[in-house]
Amino acid sequence: MQFEMSSLIPVLPEVFLLTMACVVLVVDLFLKDEQRIVSYALAQIALLLAAGLTVAVGSAETQIIFDNHVIRDPMSDLLKTTICLVSAGAFLYAKDYLRDRDLFKGEYYALGLFAVLGMMVMVSANSFLTIYLGLELLSLSLYAMVAFNRDSKAGSEAAMKYFVLGAIASGMLLYGISMIYGATGSIVFQEVANGIPNTDMNDMVLVFGLVFVVIGLSFKLGAVPFHMWVPDVYHGAPTSVTMFIGSAPKLAAFALAMRMLVDGLGALHADWQQMLVIMSVLSLATGNVIAIAQTNIKRMLAYSTISHVGFILLGILAGTQEGYTAAMFYTIVYSIMALGGFGIVIMLSRRGFEADQLDDYKGLHDRSPWYAAMMMLLMFSMAGVPPTVGFFAKLFVLDAVIRVDMVWIALFGVFFSIIGAFYYIRIVKIMYFDKPVDDAPLAPVGMDTQVLLTVNGLSMLGLGLFPAGLLTLCSAALS
Amino acid sequence: MTFEKFLFYVFAAVLVFAATMVITRRNPVHSALFLVLAFFSSAGIWLLAEAEFLAIVLVLVYVGAVMVLFLFVVMMLDVDVATMRAGFMRNLPVGLLILFVLVLEMFIVVGPGIFGLDMIPAPAPQPADYNNTAVLGSVLYTVYMYPFEIAAVILLVAIVAAIGLTMRKRPETKSQNQSAQVQVRSEDRVRVVKMASEQKMEIKR
Repeated sequence: MQFEMSSLIPVLPEVFLLTMACVVLVVDLFLKDEQRIVSYALAQIALLLAAGLTVAVGSAETQIIFDNHVIRDPMSDLLKTTICLVSAGAFLYAKDYLRDRDLFKGEYYALGLFAVLGMMVMVSANSFLTIYLGLELLSLSLYAMVAFNRDSKAGSEAAMKYFVLGAIASGMLLYGISMIYGATGSIVFQEVANGIPNTDMNDMVLVFGLVFVVIGLSFKLGAVPFHMWVPDVYHGAPTSVTMFIGSAPKLAAFALAMRMLVDGLGALHADWQQMLVIMSVLSLATGNVIAIAQTNIKRMLAYSTISHVGFILLGILAGTQEGYTAAMFYTIVYSIMALGGFGIVIMLSRRGFEADQLDDYKGLHDRSPWYAAMMMLLMFSMAGVPPTVGFFAKLFVLDAVIRVDMVWIALFGVFFSIIGAFYYIRIVKIMYFDKPVDDAPLAPVGMDTQVLLTVNGLSMLGLGLFPAGLLTLCSAALS
Repeated sequence: MTFEKFLFYVFAAVLVFAATMVITRRNPVHSALFLVLAFFSSAGIWLLAEAEFLAIVLVLVYVGAVMVLFLFVVMMLDVDVATMRAGFMRNLPVGLLILFVLVLEMFIVVGPGIFGLDMIPAPAPQPADYNNTAVLGSVLYTVYMYPFEIAAVILLVAIVAAIGLTMRKRPETKSQNQSAQVQVRSEDRVRVVKMASEQKMEIKR
């Protein structure tokens, strides 16, 4: 069999990122503690260059390489670029936080880069085998990152919970995949899709496999009723890791759903649509209602994640081009919102103090009007208040759902969004109208972090005023 | 009943028995040993299915390496079985119910109705000189090269994570400093103390 070097070009970003992760691992050995900034800089360069390389090797056509195991198409280009940029943002926010807590180590960045590599593998996977391996690469790195603060009991407990539940989810996914392999005789998505109508076997095997695949998928997405790990992991992990888990992996999970359900099992749309309807309705209800009762902002944002996942599922279950575009738009916007939201939590924390209680945000406007303004934009965007981009994200999803005549579920989404708006706007209220409880001066924050926060907050407004650009990118990526 | 079929049922019965014992034994060492038995019986079933290489690998890797390591861990850790089993009886009915439903579903889906011999005919046995290992090797590094590389990266992450989470300086950990040990001189260890010798005391009468 002939091997062409040129077949490596579409996976150049992955190859580069893997090389850089190993470089960070080795270079870090020779650094003194005060020189750790070098590992950080290498990781940032790796992510930015990987994003650049993704754009450089990208094109409108679809390439399938490595004996059908890898696909590079416009969707993977857009998602990979976004994943790299969002992860770079997460690393930037986390820099001072990690340094204050003696967690500023090379392994953090090596594991982070491996996690990003796992996401990129998932995004451009074209077979169940590749997508599963990418998922495991991502999950293993994340388990270790959640437990990164070894002196924190909550962190270790969260990592343990995440690990056990994640392992069960992987087992379910594999079991489902084995059923689908048994019915269609292939693990490559196109061949599975072609095999489904031709199989003379009873439909039951496929649906049985599909159930397990969907369960595994919703564990990873954090959709109700497989959401139990989300609040505990978000709460127990160091905030920098929570931010990382809450932002970029959602993009990878979206790709997981698109590749497996749409590319591979598209013929079973009628079956998985029902399952996603149930999970999406439950996620919207549970996430939004339980978030109201939270006093810890990390837990609150965790439940808010669950409700946003409900919306992403709504877009996917519509099963149309508009639905997928809307879901992709929503996922990208959500990852940027989550990045900013946890970014504020990180910036208000200082050595020996976590700003994770709602009370810590009281009177933030008096202490730092700019932080408060950015937080307000982010919260309005999460709640879906126009003209922020969160409004358009919800609008496109609802539009897509109504177009397939599922008006009742759109109404349901709107209803619970209104309930959800309460706890987002409550944060705005306590920031602007309550007296500060904590008078300690805010920790000084580097210029780079401030610029990132400003860009992050204002992008909510900017994308909201001009949503067409991102929407065009998304719909071009899926056409 | 052919001899192969008989062997299959023997192995399958031993496998199910061993698996049940793994989760019901009170002593974790016994559980680990029963797990070894379970691996051996599944290796036997794989041999019957003509997957010789995988069967050998299962015995070599899982029984030879993983389970031995696991036994070490079980013996070194002081596992409090009583607290771990506290909810066992209470959760048993729910567990049994789920077990029953799962087994029923599996029987309906994977059972003879769909995957039976009359639905999918048994493949013809391979000739005696058929080399399972060579066939696996020829696709592992060509068709499955990309997944193979990713699996290697996963192992690397496992190493990084394990070392990153366990290697840390704690005040109570004792470590050797080899360079100091080698460079030590006798003067540092032995101190010759010069003392004035005692005078013999004269005993006065």
